[in-house]
Amino acid sequence: MSTQAVHVEAHEHRDDIRSRMGMWLFLFSELLLFGGLFLMYSVYRFMHQHDFSIASKEMNTFFGTMNTVILLTSSLTMALSITAIKRGSRKLSIFFQLVTILFGITFMVNKFIEWSAEFRKGNFPGSAILLNKPPGQILYFGLYYSMVGLHGIHVLVGMGLIAFMTRLTIKGIINKDDYVKLETAGLYWHLVDIIWIFLFPLFYLIT
Amino acid sequence: MASDSIALDHNGHEPSYLEYEGKHKGLLGWILSTDHKRIGILYLISILSFFAVGVTLGFLIRLELLTPQGTIVGPQAYNEFFTLHGVIMIFIVVIPVIPAVFGNFFLPIMLGAKDVAFPRLNLLTWYLYIIGGTLVLLSLILPGGAADTGWTFYVPYSVRTGTNMIFTLTAVFILGFSSILTGLNFLTTIHRIRAPQMGWFKMPLFAWSLYATSWIQVIVTPIVGITLLMVIVERVFHVGIFDPSLGGDPLLFQHMFWMYSHPAVYIIIVPAMGVISEVIPVFSHRTIFGYKFIAYSSLAIALFGSLVWAHHMFATGMSDTAEFVFSLLTFVVAIPSAIKVFNWTATLYKGSIELEAPLLYALAFIFLFSIGGLTGIIQGALNVDIYLTDTYFIVGHIHYVVFGGTGMGLFAALHYWLPKMFGRMYNKKVARVAFWFVFVGFNVLYFPFFILGWMGMPRRSYHYLPQFQTYHVISTVGSWILVIGLVLMLGNLLRSLINGKKITERNIWGGETLEWTVETPPTFENFENIPDVINGPYEYKQNEPATIEEEVK
Ligand code: HEM
Ligand SMILES: [Cu+2]
Repeated sequence: MSTQAVHVEAHEHRDDIRSRMGMWLFLFSELLLFGGLFLMYSVYRFMHQHDFSIASKEMNTFFGTMNTVILLTSSLTMALSITAIKRGSRKLSIFFQLVTILFGITFMVNKFIEWSAEFRKGNFPGSAILLNKPPGQILYFGLYYSMVGLHGIHVLVGMGLIAFMTRLTIKGIINKDDYVKLETAGLYWHLVDIIWIFLFPLFYLIT
Repeated sequence: MASDSIALDHNGHEPSYLEYEGKHKGLLGWILSTDHKRIGILYLISILSFFAVGVTLGFLIRLELLTPQGTIVGPQAYNEFFTLHGVIMIFIVVIPVIPAVFGNFFLPIMLGAKDVAFPRLNLLTWYLYIIGGTLVLLSLILPGGAADTGWTFYVPYSVRTGTNMIFTLTAVFILGFSSILTGLNFLTTIHRIRAPQMGWFKMPLFAWSLYATSWIQVIVTPIVGITLLMVIVERVFHVGIFDPSLGGDPLLFQHMFWMYSHPAVYIIIVPAMGVISEVIPVFSHRTIFGYKFIAYSSLAIALFGSLVWAHHMFATGMSDTAEFVFSLLTFVVAIPSAIKVFNWTATLYKGSIELEAPLLYALAFIFLFSIGGLTGIIQGALNVDIYLTDTYFIVGHIHYVVFGGTGMGLFAALHYWLPKMFGRMYNKKVARVAFWFVFVGFNVLYFPFFILGWMGMPRRSYHYLPQFQTYHVISTVGSWILVIGLVLMLGNLLRSLINGKKITERNIWGGETLEWTVETPPTFENFENIPDVINGPYEYKQNEPATIEEEVK
């Protein structure tokens, strides 16, 4: 058993593993939250194969692909901002954080354009056009808006979180020796990315 | 050490957490405090207040059922009553109560720590809890009427009813979030900030029970969260998810609801089992029998409990294979619970037993929970359940496990730990008298449910056939006895906080876990120094008659 003095120290000082563990557990529960939606998706896809494939042809793959590229790149810039702070270059880290946020904004703008187009086609919940389609297609669009919408909310939260981290970095609270906050925010951002990686094929690619 | 920074009082004493003054004073010093002990007390006050509302509703439901036709309210009000009763009792009282109150207060102390891993997050959970609770109460007051779907929120009715469903659903969603964060906090606390010598198998069984519970909370709560969120989305935006008129499948809702709500019964019961595992060795002055079995059985419950949800849906026409598997697993999940019951009884065997209030409630737990568990097995048998499902038998089962289990566990905990928390002792004689009212009232109230259910009395029904009336009258009288007992019990505890006998003795009951080594009431920092943990949590060296193992030899 290790000596007491060492542990008293550990007790008084910050414990990075603790923060990371908290975040991992949180991400785990987030994954299960989306897991519930994926479960609904698989059940309904199984029940309505044909309708799902017809409905998914209406998706705009161009926007989907673009957004995938954007999010993937933003995960990279996020990772770079952490590497930068570890190496002690605060300015660079702030730069990469801002770029990440910018990617997030672009993602949301794309989403907005894409959804507006769907709305013009009448593919929105409760619209007479959609309600006249077979149940499988109603469900497809129901799931599409719910899942992508919930993901979008996560993108917004993630951007807010990174903006907050940028503030802390500017203030010097996040620095070369203490960057666990930035790291956990990064974990969250990667989660947002990973969930999109699953949403993208499910709605845009599989037909 | 950080204790340098703490102002000592004029006797050179460290002030207790009740007197300690931080940045904020008075009420703010409480509702902005991140001290795990103060947060525990905040939860205690709020949960007991909601409990009072829940009991009142239950009392009114029973009053309504005194006669076969309308007695005091109309059918719509009746539906709202039982829904609100269920929602409050399940989501606002029994799910959070033991972890949020006693877990918060004692888990860090039991582990030899100064606080939980994330103190500010801890306070946030309380605010979320209050928002959730308030939303439920608002749904009652606002025009439109409270939710009337039953606490299970089955679609399509929950999508279509005109009542304030959104409030209730949002409330449960927020409460779930609060529950996840508490679970996450406790898991990290247990993993990261145990005292250096506090190995896993030196942890008190209460801590073990919280560990298992926290995992269940983190794993299954998101499922019900997303399910209810989708019902909200469906109501607000008319998105097709569960509503069959939009192609949805209501049975999918039921599956997802029970994927959470069956494991939730273990979120409810396992912490109470933890309390019982603390109380029994202390009041029989014996080492707990089968420590590791009890610890592991909590984990086993957490595991198997996640695989039995569809036993709530035997009557929905699942495939025979599915029904068979779920029935089988339901039998299996009873085993770890039974292991605990055997271990507790073995601990009592040849102990020098002190029949104080905490032990009385613990014994009531064992007795009532066994009845609840055994009736669960009856329902787990497919052919029997087809007949029993949706009858009063189920309602009897719920109350024996949830109230007989977690309710009694809560009362045991209150009588065991409250003196430690406030440094005041209640009137022990009144406590014992109140116990008998509670125990007798409970059985008179709920046992007839089994008979009624067996006779065919449906659940959630406002009218009933005249031949059921005798048992309904007996049950309603039971509710009066129970309420007298509860008022007496809580009144006695409350009075003790104001003018009960002051105590400063550290080890009030002769326990061996760490909370009995700190001051009464504990100081702000709990410990002056990180404690040495040499003994296991239940080593009663002096007055130990003989362990069972020795006896077997
Ligand atoms: C020995 C272990 C247990 C077994 C075998 C068991 C079995 C069952 C079964 C088969 C049902 C479904 C009956 C039906 O709807 O037809 C049921 C309902 C229920 N059980 Fe258990 N149970 C056990 C323990 C518990 C525990 C520990 C709790 C809570 C602390 C609990 C709470 C409930 C609740 C709340 C319901 C009612 C759900 C409703 O409103 O429909 N059970 N149980
Ligand atoms: Cu169950």
